[in-house]
Amino acid sequence: MTKLDNVTKGHPSTATGAPGPAVAVGSAEPRSIRRRRAFTVRRGATMVAFMAPAVLFVAVFIYYPMVSGSQMAFRNWNLNNLTDTAFVGFKNFQTIFADATFYTVLGNTVVWVVASIVPQFVIGFAIALFLRRTFPFRGLYQALIFFPWAISGFLIGILFRWMFNSEFGVINDLLSKAGIIHSPIPWLADPKTAMVAVIIANVWYGVTFFAIIILAALQSVPDEMLEAAALDGAGKARTLFQVIVPYIRITLSLTVLLRVIWIFNFPDIIYGMTGGGPANQTHIVTTWMIATTQRGDYGQASALGLIVVGLLVLFSIFFLTASREKKGDLS
Amino acid sequence: MITRETPLARTVRIAFLALWLVITLFPLYWIAVTSFKSPGSVFSYPLTYWPKVFSLENYAGLFAKSQFGVYVANSLVVSITAALVATLISLMSAYVLARFEFRSKGALLMGFLVTQMIPSFIALGPLYLMFTSLGLVDNRFGLTLIYIAVCIPFCTVMLRGFFANVPDALEEAAMIDGCSRVGALFRVLVPVMKPGIVAAFIFNFVNCWNELFLSVTLINSDGKKTIPTALNDFISSYNIDWGSMSAAAVLTIVPTMVLFAFASRYIVQGLTAGAVKG
Repeated sequence: MTKLDNVTKGHPSTATGAPGPAVAVGSAEPRSIRRRRAFTVRRGATMVAFMAPAVLFVAVFIYYPMVSGSQMAFRNWNLNNLTDTAFVGFKNFQTIFADATFYTVLGNTVVWVVASIVPQFVIGFAIALFLRRTFPFRGLYQALIFFPWAISGFLIGILFRWMFNSEFGVINDLLSKAGIIHSPIPWLADPKTAMVAVIIANVWYGVTFFAIIILAALQSVPDEMLEAAALDGAGKARTLFQVIVPYIRITLSLTVLLRVIWIFNFPDIIYGMTGGGPANQTHIVTTWMIATTQRGDYGQASALGLIVVGLLVLFSIFFLTASREKKGDLS
Repeated sequence: MITRETPLARTVRIAFLALWLVITLFPLYWIAVTSFKSPGSVFSYPLTYWPKVFSLENYAGLFAKSQFGVYVANSLVVSITAALVATLISLMSAYVLARFEFRSKGALLMGFLVTQMIPSFIALGPLYLMFTSLGLVDNRFGLTLIYIAVCIPFCTVMLRGFFANVPDALEEAAMIDGCSRVGALFRVLVPVMKPGIVAAFIFNFVNCWNELFLSVTLINSDGKKTIPTALNDFISSYNIDWGSMSAAAVLTIVPTMVLFAFASRYIVQGLTAGAVKG
């Protein structure tokens, strides 16, 4: 919030970034004399000219479709019948809420997010802790575990789809060699195991992100704090949970927040691995929305889109409030 | 400060890191091994963990059975163009956001960040209709335009971080010496920031190269498809030919892995700077 406050104290300008000289002199708290003097018409014009292409592209190709799309949610909008695009109020929402699949999809979304993020966080944290100590080729090691990121989620879905293949998949082969299973598991044909499989793929993909962010956060903990803890006789576990974790808590909770939103919005692996099947049983909200769009039912897809945005906003508010309250308790 | 480690702790650490490395690399190893098996032995028992005979038949089959060369060319043209234009546009917007103070700055940044929270595929339907009325459906130029728009927000935020690392005394000196602002940006700042700009370009390129949902929605004819769109056709068929599929996967992954190897340090830097400072 402080960032925004600072900015509003700066120089006035038009909200749209429209033609320039509006960016004029006259700040109550100029950052420096130099800055103030430099605020000329010419400077303003350069600024607008530099900013305009980015703003235009984002406004036209991202915001315009998003905003114009939201009114479709209240219309009967089907690609297969464009003659009747009447305003239908909340009918699209009613159709969604009346569909039993919607509740399966919601449940799957929660399972997908929670069951992915918990192992990602735990394994990522462990890797970050272990990577604090330098060892030969640590840079190479980091580069190697970073590799999955070069691959698209969709392709990762394909890779794991092949590995989880029930007949020729390497995972069944390894499990039976290890004596864990005696007959091949039809991973992607059974809704329960299919959900497990897509989550395994997602955990594999997402651990690195946590490892990188947490490692950076760990390195920000001042040495004196750790020395003080050691002098006071705190053991490793106590140092971790009572010194390190509280110190980096804000980074951790923001990372989790961003990651929840990101995983919630991440249909690629499921799309590539199961396509939401068998029988819609592995759809999450976003894959289901894409399937609805591909069916041509834009009205319903837009309604789902609004539900997604609503859920994300609610979650963010809830999460930020909860982590703020917790902070209050501790201090 | 890191305390001395007991032998047990050391063993646990090394074992854990080694295990994770194997887990990370195994899927990539497996798809590569599959691609080099002969098509017959892809589907045969028992599974072999190293090809008995190294064969390029899957690769040959891929190019014979589909227009894979065309898909690669399409992906290259669209991704390179979009990444270049997006990097250039973001360079300018990042410069403004890093160096100027103005009232709507917070709103602009917020407007960019929100697009990272709300996925681009949320507006697939409206986008399709908009592109239809503009005559940009099934058009590689149209696809390039939307890719530019999708790349700009994150790229701007990333480059803004790199600008913050360069003291503004640098371009001020150039401007006092008679350089125009544009001249100062491109002749003084850009050379200094070169590694960061290259990383931003690579990041954009990889994102466009990998993009699926927009291209699946907007491109129909076979000759205009990008690689992910073509792969989507491959897996939509009932009998997936895993031999040529794995060859296609390897050919898709290799270029991005090579590029990421160069850029990963900067991408990590950009990511952690944003996240840790909150």
